[in-house]
Amino acid sequence: MAESLLSVSNLTVEFTTRGGVVPVIDDLSFDLGPGETLSLVGESGCGKSMTALAILGLIPSPPGVISAGSVTLQGEDLVQATDARLREIRGNEVSMVFQEPMTSLNPVYTVGEQIAETLRRHQGLTRNQAKSQAIQMIDAVQIPLPDRRVNDYPHQLSGGMRQRIMIAMALACQPKILIADEPTTALDVTVQAQIFDLMQNLQRETGAAIILITHDMGSVAEMAERVVVMYAGRKIEDGQVQDILLQPRHPYTRGLIACVPHLLDKVTTDRPFLQEVPGTVPPLSDFGFDGCMFAPRCDLVRDECWEEKPRDIQLTKTQSVACWEISTNNRLANA
Amino acid sequence: MPDTAPMLELRDVEVRFSLKRSGLFGAIPQLRAVDGVSLTVQKGQTMAIVGESGSGKTTLALAIARLVPVAAGKIQMGDVDLLGLQGESLRTHRQHMQFIFQDPYSSLNPRLRAQDIVREPLDRLSIGSLESRNKRVQELFEQVGLRQDQLRLFPHQFSGGQRQRIGIARAIASSPSLVICDEPVSALDVGVQAQILNLLRTLQKDLNLTYMFISHDLGVVQHMCDSIAVMYMGKIVEQSDRESLFNNPQHPYTRALLSAVPSADPNRRNRGRRITISGDPPNPIDLPPGCRFASRCPLVEEHCKTVEPILKSRDPIHRVACHLV
Repeated sequence: MAESLLSVSNLTVEFTTRGGVVPVIDDLSFDLGPGETLSLVGESGCGKSMTALAILGLIPSPPGVISAGSVTLQGEDLVQATDARLREIRGNEVSMVFQEPMTSLNPVYTVGEQIAETLRRHQGLTRNQAKSQAIQMIDAVQIPLPDRRVNDYPHQLSGGMRQRIMIAMALACQPKILIADEPTTALDVTVQAQIFDLMQNLQRETGAAIILITHDMGSVAEMAERVVVMYAGRKIEDGQVQDILLQPRHPYTRGLIACVPHLLDKVTTDRPFLQEVPGTVPPLSDFGFDGCMFAPRCDLVRDECWEEKPRDIQLTKTQSVACWEISTNNRLANA
Repeated sequence: MPDTAPMLELRDVEVRFSLKRSGLFGAIPQLRAVDGVSLTVQKGQTMAIVGESGSGKTTLALAIARLVPVAAGKIQMGDVDLLGLQGESLRTHRQHMQFIFQDPYSSLNPRLRAQDIVREPLDRLSIGSLESRNKRVQELFEQVGLRQDQLRLFPHQFSGGQRQRIGIARAIASSPSLVICDEPVSALDVGVQAQILNLLRTLQKDLNLTYMFISHDLGVVQHMCDSIAVMYMGKIVEQSDRESLFNNPQHPYTRALLSAVPSADPNRRNRGRRITISGDPPNPIDLPPGCRFASRCPLVEEHCKTVEPILKSRDPIHRVACHLV
C-alpha cells in the first residue's frame, strides 16, 4: 500500500463502569490509504462506532478515555491534538455520516443553513457564498429542485433525502476521509442502492477515502475494498474483501457470513437450516478477557483460547487473523 | 406440503385512515393504506409480504388481526368470517391467531416476569387451570429454547434474541393456527437472527403453524416463505409461490427490489444488471391516476400514467399487475 492517510495503531479506549475499567476498544490497529474504502464489520456492541468516535476525538469523557495508542492523520497524532485543532479537522478533513438521519439533523434549521454552517465555519465563506455552495451540494447529491429544497426543514424531506443531505453536509468541505456509520440501515433497499451509488460517484469525483461501518456483508461486498472484522473491541481478521468473503479464516467471520440468508439468484425447493453462531456478544463487563473473546461461542475452541489472547498472524501480504486454531495449524505446517 | 386447505382468504380488503380536514369546509382526505388486497394463505405454509416502508404491509397484518378497522372486503379464516366477529366472539377467536411483534424491547411489559408474560394469553382466554397453565409455560420455555431458571426474570434481564423468544412463546401459548410475524428479526443482530429464523421454522413444522411473514429483508423472506406477495403503495403488484417469483420476477418493481439487495456473492454481483429506480414513492394521499409505480418505473409508457393496471393471472399461481407483462 502507498503512504497511508490514516493510521490507527494499538488504539485502546477504556470506559469506567460500575464493574471497573473495561477496554471497549482493545489494541486496535489498521491503516487507511487515500481514496480507499475500508469497512468495519461486526455485530452491535463490538466497538465499530466507538472506533469512529475515537478517530474524531468524540469519545464521551467521562466515562471514556483513550488510554493507549495513536490515531495518525497525515503525520499528525489526533489523540494528542487540542480541542481547537480537532474542531478544525472535524467536518473539514474527516467527516461523518450517522445512522439515523432524522435525529442527527437539527429540526429547527433549514437543511441549507445546516450545510452552509460547515462551509462558513471551515472555509470562511460569507453567508451568500455558503448558501450558493449549499445549493450546489444539494444538486450534487441528486435532490431535485435544489434551490427550493435548500429552504426546507428536515421534516419536509423523506428518509432517503435526509440521508443525502447528511452526505452533502459531510462532503461540503471536501474531506479526505468520510466515516459512514451504518448510513443505510434505516432506509429501504431501493433507497440504499441509490445512496451507495451516490457515495461511490462522489468518491470518484472528490477522491475521499471512506470508512464504512456496517454489519451487512452484502454492503461490504458492494462498497469496500478492504474489511476489518471486529469482535468485542478487538480486530479478529482483516484483508481484501474478496479474500475474506471467499475464504474467511476466523470462525467468527465464517459465522457472520454463513448465518445470513443471502438472496440467491436461483432458488430451489431445497432449504437447509441456517448456520447459527450460538450465544451473543459478551456484555461490556467481560471485555478485556485475557484469552480469545470469541471462545465461548466458538465450535473450534481449544485450551489456549481460554488462557492467552491470540496474536495477529499474517496469512498473506494483505490478510491477517487472530485465532489459536489457525496459528497452531500454521506452526504445524511450517515445522 | 402437509395440507393444502386455505387457512386464510382475503378478498378486496381495504383499510382507510382519515386525515385532518383541509380547511373548515374541505373534505376529509382518506389515506388508503391497504387498497383492494386479495390473497390466500395455505394451511401450514408461510405467506410473506414484502415492500418498502409505507407500502401497507404492517397495516394489512393489523387488519387481519382485527387491530385496525377494515373499511371493505372480506377476511375468511377457515370457516369463520373474521370481519363478522364482534365483542366476545372476537375475543375468543384471538386464541387462533397470534402476533409476533418487531421490537422485542417495547412489546413486552417491563413490569411482568417472563412467565407471566407468556401465561397472559392463557389467563385472558381462561384456558385450563392455573396449575396446568403454569405447566404449559414451562413447556413453552423449553420449546423456544429458554431455561427454566429464567421463568421468574424480568424482560430487561434478557438479551434481544431471548426477548424475541419470549415474544414467540407468548404467541404460540394459546396453540394458534395462524401466527402473524411482523418483521420478527429486523431488530436483532445477524448472529441472533439466524437462531430465531431456525426456531420459527422448527416450530412451524412441529406445531403445523401457518405464518403470515412480513419483512423488508428479501434474503430472509426468500429463506422463509412458501408464497410471497409484493406490495407497493397499498396494492399487491405481484404474487406467486417462492420459486416462480424469485426465479422469474415479472413486475419492474419486484425486479428493482431484488436487484437492489447488495450481495455478498461475487457471481451475483458481477452480473452487473442492477436496475436502479430513482426518486421516492408518490404521496399516498394524492395518488396519480395510472399505475402507482409509473413515476419511478424504468420501463414506463404513456398509458401507464393514465390507466391503472389490474392484477392479472399469468398462470394459476403467478399474478402480476403491470401493463407491460
